[in-house]
Amino acid sequence: MLVPLALRLVPPALPTPGEAAPAWRKLSLQGWGRLGRAPCQAARPERLRDLRAVVLADVGRNLVPHGAGRSYGDAALNGGGAAVLTTRLDRMLGFDATTGVLVAEPGVSFADIIRTFLPRGWLPPTPPGTAFATLGGAVAHDVHGKNQHLAGCFGHHVEWLDLMLADGSTRRLSPSEDAAAFHATLGGLGLTGVVTALALRLLPVPSNALLVRRQRIAGLDAFLEAFGAARQASWAVGWIDALAGGAALGRGILEVAEPAPQHLPPPPEAQRNLPFDAPGCLLNRFSVRAFNAAYWRRVPAAGDAQPMHYGRFLFPLDGIGQWNRLYGRRGFHQFQCVLPEAEAPRGLRLLLEAVGQAGAASFLAVLKWMGRDGAGLLSFARPGFTLALDIPARAGAGALLRRLERLTLDHGGRVYLAKDSTLSPAGMAAMYPRLAEFQAIRARLDPGGRFSSDMSRRLGLG
Amino acid sequence: MPPRETWLVLGGGSSIGRAFARQAAAAGQGVLLAGREAAELERSAADLRLRHGVPASAMLFDALDLAGHAAFVRAAAALAEGRLHVLLAFGTMPSQAACEARPELARAMVETNLTGAAAVLTALAPLLRGQGGGTVVALGSVAGERGRPRNHLYGATKAALHTFLQGYAARHARHRVRVLTLLAGPVDTALTWPLPRLPFMASPQGFAAAAWRRAQRGSGQAHLPGIWAPVMAVIRALPNRIFNRLDL
Repeated sequence: MLVPLALRLVPPALPTPGEAAPAWRKLSLQGWGRLGRAPCQAARPERLRDLRAVVLADVGRNLVPHGAGRSYGDAALNGGGAAVLTTRLDRMLGFDATTGVLVAEPGVSFADIIRTFLPRGWLPPTPPGTAFATLGGAVAHDVHGKNQHLAGCFGHHVEWLDLMLADGSTRRLSPSEDAAAFHATLGGLGLTGVVTALALRLLPVPSNALLVRRQRIAGLDAFLEAFGAARQASWAVGWIDALAGGAALGRGILEVAEPAPQHLPPPPEAQRNLPFDAPGCLLNRFSVRAFNAAYWRRVPAAGDAQPMHYGRFLFPLDGIGQWNRLYGRRGFHQFQCVLPEAEAPRGLRLLLEAVGQAGAASFLAVLKWMGRDGAGLLSFARPGFTLALDIPARAGAGALLRRLERLTLDHGGRVYLAKDSTLSPAGMAAMYPRLAEFQAIRARLDPGGRFSSDMSRRLGLG
Repeated sequence: MPPRETWLVLGGGSSIGRAFARQAAAAGQGVLLAGREAAELERSAADLRLRHGVPASAMLFDALDLAGHAAFVRAAAALAEGRLHVLLAFGTMPSQAACEARPELARAMVETNLTGAAAVLTALAPLLRGQGGGTVVALGSVAGERGRPRNHLYGATKAALHTFLQGYAARHARHRVRVLTLLAGPVDTALTWPLPRLPFMASPQGFAAAAWRRAQRGSGQAHLPGIWAPVMAVIRALPNRIFNRLDL
């Protein structure tokens, strides 16, 4: 067994004077998809010294950093191992108003940044689909936003990051300081160490709002064409009715947006929580079909345009706390892949047909054109089209996901690990050609194999 | 906007100290974060300056260094903008078992939670009186209301602190020094993280927000979260023959 042997090589933590032993607690962590619980020992340091003690602790277990818990699958889980929760390392450390560079700890969330800096005319550069994600998580998945086609990924906007390695030392990484480790850490799933601080270039914006234009799109080919016409739009995202078939396959709504010159009054912060797990039968192909059709018709046939807060456009689901409970107690998978542009028309059709045939009740799927490669060795993003959809965890979900993986591979695409819970090791190796390079750098940074997760073991990365 | 005043947070590196400092900063008040770890406090002070645009600085403070308290108070007075108010949020809570096995832990706890707290508040009193009054908010505990098998040493330090604060409040009341003792229930802090989940646990943010609101409205004692007022009324009223059988 590689892992236990390697763990013995980690030097035992020598308690130095004033260094408290780390406080552990048994915790059952879940991914956002709520597929299963991973019992582990968890620590939640509030100071760097305590973080260091956690990283060095000789508990005979490997460790995964865990942020807001917004990755859907098992990327931030470590069943039977240990997790270090970074949410209490949540301080903003510095901001340069001339360059827009913010220095912050990993537990700071996109929501924190927006609350603090949007009124001053700055936005996080590549906001993912939820503002509750942390900066540490954004590094671990090299996340992208609805402006990926122009702005690239999170890592493209990171000037440097401080990484605490398995030996407790902290190293500053940037494109000019150990660039290899920098690029391994961006998108590196938290497997190279724990980010203790990072410098992020924020995006200047003229107001707190966007002018959003929405149009109905009749089908898949029209969608791909419409994205082609929207390549210069600052923001662009498509919502697909994944249950529409036949001639309507791939029908949906395209939203493109430009910064609005005028401020809107600030929105209320209130969030409604879904107070209980929805019964499993609530979402069936009929109810979801009806919802998706209604959503499609909500936009007038001629399209519309309206000013909208950044938050409403970027994070439409954040208004409902714990929306993940909609899929009931058994949870759901999220599948997201990207296909190269040339393969997209055929590949996306096959993917949508597979979902339709399986009758997997997916709420709105998301379609988006990507224009740039990601910043890290294991980054998901690449030029092409990305499709994301929810698949409730029911009988047949596993077979469907295997089929989607196969189709993705056949069309030269890859699966997004931030969402993933089922990718095979062979699929991983085929989709991520720089995996060996990543593993070599990881071995150099963490020779004892201290950092590991349910996902890394499932994918055969140790 | 009222003129800016300053909150001195003793135990500025603690979960509650940090959360309360954010409340004060969000209300436009200056903050002095006092504690033993300069680098950590400076990170927190930077966060307050950035998020809320208020003056915030870190100060080295060790409750056990009684001889240093006078100089510390002078330094705080020099840094404060407007009147100074105080949150006393430091304290230690080693387990009962650890204290019994190692009595020096119990002594250190008494010296921190009681002696250090009383000494620094005493050193601050002339400043508070001299500036025409101010608010002192001190972190007490429901553990100090009735000694329970599980933590009566810790509870004893807090009960003693409550008593000290009563007299301190009475003594300085006519100089408009208001004292609010928070009878705190368990809060989800670094201190309580390893403990089994406790009932009615508050988040540091929720606790600090409630403490801030309460501090604007007067003095005395207040249970926080409020649910602890009726719960402790029952626990205090339990006859010994029942109380002694409970595993609390």
